[in-house]
Amino acid sequence: MESSVPPSATSPIPSGLRGVLPVLVALPVVALFEWALSGSPFATYLLSIMGVNIVLAVSLNIVNGMTGQFSIGHAGFMAVGAYVAGLFSLLLKDIAISGLPVAVSDQILLVGALVVGGIVAAVCGFLVGLPSLRLRGDYLAIVTLGFGEIIRVVVQNTEAFGRSLGLSGIPQTGGLFMVGLWVFLVVLVARRLAGSSHGRSLWAIREDEVAAEAMGVDTTGYKVRAFVVSSFFAGIAGGLFAHFVPIINPGSFTFVKSMEVVVMVVLGGLGSTTGAIVAAIFLTLLPEALRSAFNAMGAEGSLAQKVDQIRMPVYGLLLVVLMLLRPQGLFGTREIWDVLPRWIPRRRKGLA
Amino acid sequence: MSQLIQHLINGLATGTIYALVALGYTMVYGVLKLINFAHGDVMMVGVYMGYATAYTLGRQQQKTFLGVVAIFLVAMAGCALMGFLIERFAYRPLREKPRLTALITAIGISFALSYGFQLDIGFLPGAAPRAFPEIIVPTEWLILGDRDVVVWNWQVMSLLIAVGLMVGLQWLVFKTRFGRAMRAVSFDHRVAALMGIPTDRVIAVTFMIGSGLAAGAGLLYAIKDTSVSPLMGLYVGLKAFVAAVIGGIGHVPGAVVGALMLGLVEEFVVGYAASTWRDAVAFGILIIVLLVKPGGLFGRVAAEKV
Repeated sequence: MESSVPPSATSPIPSGLRGVLPVLVALPVVALFEWALSGSPFATYLLSIMGVNIVLAVSLNIVNGMTGQFSIGHAGFMAVGAYVAGLFSLLLKDIAISGLPVAVSDQILLVGALVVGGIVAAVCGFLVGLPSLRLRGDYLAIVTLGFGEIIRVVVQNTEAFGRSLGLSGIPQTGGLFMVGLWVFLVVLVARRLAGSSHGRSLWAIREDEVAAEAMGVDTTGYKVRAFVVSSFFAGIAGGLFAHFVPIINPGSFTFVKSMEVVVMVVLGGLGSTTGAIVAAIFLTLLPEALRSAFNAMGAEGSLAQKVDQIRMPVYGLLLVVLMLLRPQGLFGTREIWDVLPRWIPRRRKGLA
Repeated sequence: MSQLIQHLINGLATGTIYALVALGYTMVYGVLKLINFAHGDVMMVGVYMGYATAYTLGRQQQKTFLGVVAIFLVAMAGCALMGFLIERFAYRPLREKPRLTALITAIGISFALSYGFQLDIGFLPGAAPRAFPEIIVPTEWLILGDRDVVVWNWQVMSLLIAVGLMVGLQWLVFKTRFGRAMRAVSFDHRVAALMGIPTDRVIAVTFMIGSGLAAGAGLLYAIKDTSVSPLMGLYVGLKAFVAAVIGGIGHVPGAVVGALMLGLVEEFVVGYAASTWRDAVAFGILIIVLLVKPGGLFGRVAAEKV
C-alpha cells in the first residue's frame, strides 16, 4: 500500500544528501549577508550580537526548555569560551596556514579557536553538571548561579586572563559568516536533538522527572548530556563574541548576562527553538529601535541615552508580566511550522 | 592571636547581618516554598527609605535615640507594605502554578527593583552609591591591649538585635497561634485551608514580617558599610540566600548558623587570603554543602512520591 511507505522514501532528495542540504543552502545565504553588509559596520555589529544571542538562547533552551532544568549560570560558560578562544587566537596571532589566502587561513584558525573554547566550556559544563544535576528545581538554579559567579571570580583573579582588565588585542577575525554558520549549527543540533530519542528522554524529564526515572530514563545522564551540549554552544557564543568586540573583561559575563539569556528563553517559550530565536532577535533589536525612535522624535539624546538604563528594569517587569499573563511564553513549546497559518502547504507528520 | 580574635569578631558582626536577611528568606521559603529572589532588593529599598527618613529628620535629630527608632520603624513598615504588595500582585496569582514560574517572577521583580532604582528619573536615586548618614556615631565599645582587638558599638548592637529577633521569631513560630498556623500552611497549605486556616492571610503576614526584617537588616548593613547603592540588595541578598541554603532553607536556627559561618569564612578569606576571592568562596561552600547534604546542614530532603 502507498500509505505504508515512510515519507522519507518518497522524498525526492536522496537520503545521504538530506542531512547536508540545509548547510549547502545556508552557507551562501550567510555569505551573501556578509557581503551585502560589508559597508555598514554598525549593521554588521548588530547582526553579530544578534547571532551570538541566538546561539546563547537556543543553547540554553536545550537545558531550560527541553530538559526543564532551570540553569541561570549561562554567562559563566560563555566566559570560559570567550577567554579560552581569545587566548588561543592571541597565541596563534602571527601564524597563518601556508598555501591558503590569509582570510581563509584566519577563518580556519578562528574555527579552531572557537571549537577549543567550546570544548573547554563543555568540559566545564560536564564538571558542573555531573554533581549538581542531582539537585532539582530551585537548588539547581542556585548552584548554576554559584558556578557562574565562581567562574567570573576565577577569571578576574587569573593573571593569564588579564584579571579585571580583560583581554585585548584578540584578532578581530569574526564576521557575520562565522556567526551565521554557528547560528545555523546550533539550530540544527537543537532541532535534531528534539526529534531524536535523546530528545524524547529530555522531554520526559521535563514533564515529570520522577515518572521518567521510573520508566527507566537515566535522568542524571541525560541531564548532564544536555548540559554539556548547551555549555559547548555557550562557549562557542563566547568565542564569537570575543572575536568581534575589541576587548573582553569579566564585566561582560555577569549574572546580568545570564539573566538576559534566561529572559530570551522564557519570552520565546520554554522548549521552543523558534521562540528562542525570535525572542533573541526581538530583545537585541528592542533597545536599538527604541533609541532610534526617541532620536527621531527629537528627544535630543537625553531619553535615547536612557534606553540602556531602562532596558534592565523593563526585562524584569517583562518577566513578571509574562509569568502572570502568558507563562508559556510567546510560542510555548511550538515551533514556527506549528503556528503558520493553515493555507501554507507543509509536510504532514506521520504517514505520507 | 589578637588578629584572629579581631577577625572572629568582625566575621560574627557580618554574619549577624546576613543572618537577619537570611531569616526573611527562610521564613518565606518555609511557608511558600518559594525562593524569594527579590528579598535582597526589598532590603535595598528599605535602606533607601531609611536614608530618606534620616534626611527628613535632619542632621541633629537623626542621631537621637528616637530618631534612630523612627528611621528603623519607617523603613520596616514601608518594606512590610511593599512585601505585601509584591505578594498580593505577583506571587499570589501564581500559587497554583509550577514553582518555576514563581521563581522566574521573583527574579523579574528583583531585576525591576535593583535596576529600576538605578534610573535617575523622578524620585529614583540613580546608580551612584551614596553615603549613608551616620545615624549611630561609631564608638569603640571595647578595646583590648594596644588596640589589638577593637569592638565597635554597632557590632554589639547588630549582634544583640539579631539574636533578639531570632529568639522572637523562634517564639513566634513555635509558641503562638499564628506560628502554629504558619507551620500548618508550610506543611500543606491546601489541607490547612480545609482546616479553617486563612492561608492567604498567613502567607501575606509572613511575607510582611520577612520584608520588615530585611529592612532592619539592611539598615544595620548600611550603618556598617556607610554607603547605599541600588545594587547592594543583589549581592547582600545573594549572600544571605547562600547562608539560608547552607543552613537548610526553611529552618530558622539553621539560617543563623549558616549566616554566621558565611560571615566568618568571608572575613577569614579577606583577612588571610585575597578579598577578591570572597564571593567565589561563599558560593564554593554553598556548592560543597549542597552536594554533601542536598537539603542543607539542618534541612531535610523531602522524599518524592511517584
